[in-house]
Amino acid sequence: MRLSKEDIESVAYLSRLELAEEEKEKLTGHINRLLDNFQMLQEIDTQDVEPTSHVIPVFNVFREDVARPSLPADEVISNGPQVDEHCFVVPKVVET
Amino acid sequence: MVEYEPVIGMEVHVELQTQSKMFCGCKVEFGGEPNTRCCPVCLGLPGSLPVVNKRAIELMTKTALALNCSIASQSIFHRKNYYYPDLPKNYQISQYDNPLGSNGYVEISAGGRHKKIAIRRVHMEEDAGKLLHQEGNKSHVDYNRSGVPLMEIVTMNPPPPGLDQIESAEEAREYLQRLRQILLYLGVSDVKMEEGSMRCEPNISIKPKGQVEFGTKTEIKNLNSFRAVYMGVEYELKRQEKVLRAGGRVVQETRRWDDSRSVTASMRSKEVEQEYRYFPEPDLVPMIFNDEWIDELHSTIPELPLEKINRFIESYSLPQADAEVLADTPELADFYDNCAKCSKDPKAVANWVTGEFLRLINATGTPVDATKLTPEHICSLLDLIDKGTINRNIAKTVFEEMFNSGKLPADIVKEKSLEQVTDTGAIEAAVDKVIAAHSAEVDRFRAGEEKLIGFFVGQVMRESKGKANPGVVNKLLKSKLAG
Repeated sequence: MRLSKEDIESVAYLSRLELAEEEKEKLTGHINRLLDNFQMLQEIDTQDVEPTSHVIPVFNVFREDVARPSLPADEVISNGPQVDEHCFVVPKVVET
Repeated sequence: MVEYEPVIGMEVHVELQTQSKMFCGCKVEFGGEPNTRCCPVCLGLPGSLPVVNKRAIELMTKTALALNCSIASQSIFHRKNYYYPDLPKNYQISQYDNPLGSNGYVEISAGGRHKKIAIRRVHMEEDAGKLLHQEGNKSHVDYNRSGVPLMEIVTMNPPPPGLDQIESAEEAREYLQRLRQILLYLGVSDVKMEEGSMRCEPNISIKPKGQVEFGTKTEIKNLNSFRAVYMGVEYELKRQEKVLRAGGRVVQETRRWDDSRSVTASMRSKEVEQEYRYFPEPDLVPMIFNDEWIDELHSTIPELPLEKINRFIESYSLPQADAEVLADTPELADFYDNCAKCSKDPKAVANWVTGEFLRLINATGTPVDATKLTPEHICSLLDLIDKGTINRNIAKTVFEEMFNSGKLPADIVKEKSLEQVTDTGAIEAAVDKVIAAHSAEVDRFRAGEEKLIGFFVGQVMRESKGKANPGVVNKLLKSKLAG
């Protein structure tokens, strides 16, 4: 599989990254070399290996439904670059 | 002219009524000061790890079972990736190709037509925070809601054989009402549309009648009441038909319901198709459900609305309409059920409960489970009527009094001397008095104006302060007036 410059642009948009033209060219090359490396995995015979999303044999880790103290509101917003009335402040985005 | 038929899909989100959030111990509550119920997990701080709330999984499984779904023997969580300020992690923990519940149905009977609306999936996810748009170009973000257990219930179009789909605004509304009622009975959510603990996003398309292929669909947001759901769907169906008839084409987009203007309006359409890049959540291990656990949850499902309605009709000989009113909420159904059990005449009990009781409940804004009335109140009132101690009209006065004070009907009757007068002598005196005082009406009655009997009865009842036995009054009046 080869990724095109358009693929890079779309991935950059999804990650909200603004890339210059020469960066797009450069990254297209980088990512394709990375993919080539991963391509080596295709050579492994996985015939008898069951597909899995988790590699450790642990299931059903639950917690009881008990409320515990939260952080103080001052602390919650303490890392916010812009805060007001104990809220984080962000540019207005209206998206569907 | 081409006839169009609608295809309506419903996506419903329900916040579960747990003590704590889905993946952390922060308290679940409505309202409150912003950012007071947050911790590193629901703020998405680096290094924090989610742990699944067992109760949320139980409530969701119970719901899926009540909606006739199959429960997956193994289920996992996925990350749904997107950037939006209400989502602190930049992904929502949700479920993708392996939902907890699938292939169920909800029974409705809109317009007298019985249907089983197919449910494709019921899955578990977490709610996002709230954006509070401010003046100018800023929004405030409150993460109190971030991480609240959220259940998503989606219908299936087209439905599999034997099941149906929603095909009108009326059916959409009833589907939602039935669903809400089931969730109330299960006690899994407070399902308040106005507070957003139940949210509904219908998607709508129309196609020429008989065509298999679906038309282009639009999604409606901001429907905060059953009425809005009905009106929004109805509006959108008409709008699409108008577009197609004019030779245009429907654009796939999200439209916002404007309640004050009763229209849907296009929201900014997406420039780029959403691409959520789902992948299995590596921070959470798979869940495995064995049959014993599922059976155990199954046994906690109470009698559901439809079963309740049918039982009321069969055991208490109620008309469908009365049974439906009484089964509206579990509290009202239980109240009626307990009254009916202690009475010889469940039908009469139903009349009082659907009539005076609900009238007073609504007029005073009293929750049914906070009423001072007990089955004993209702049943002894009916006894007093049966035995002829009070008549029906006086019973209404007594009802209101016992509703307000919680006193037993016999005590009220005694206190206010409301006993029915059956003593013929006393009633006869009142009848004579009325006849003597209204000679003109007597003449008219005797001349054939028989409907005046009502006037005379009214006068005699007034004379007796409402306490006279209406049967005796009628009999005496008729014989004397004939005289």
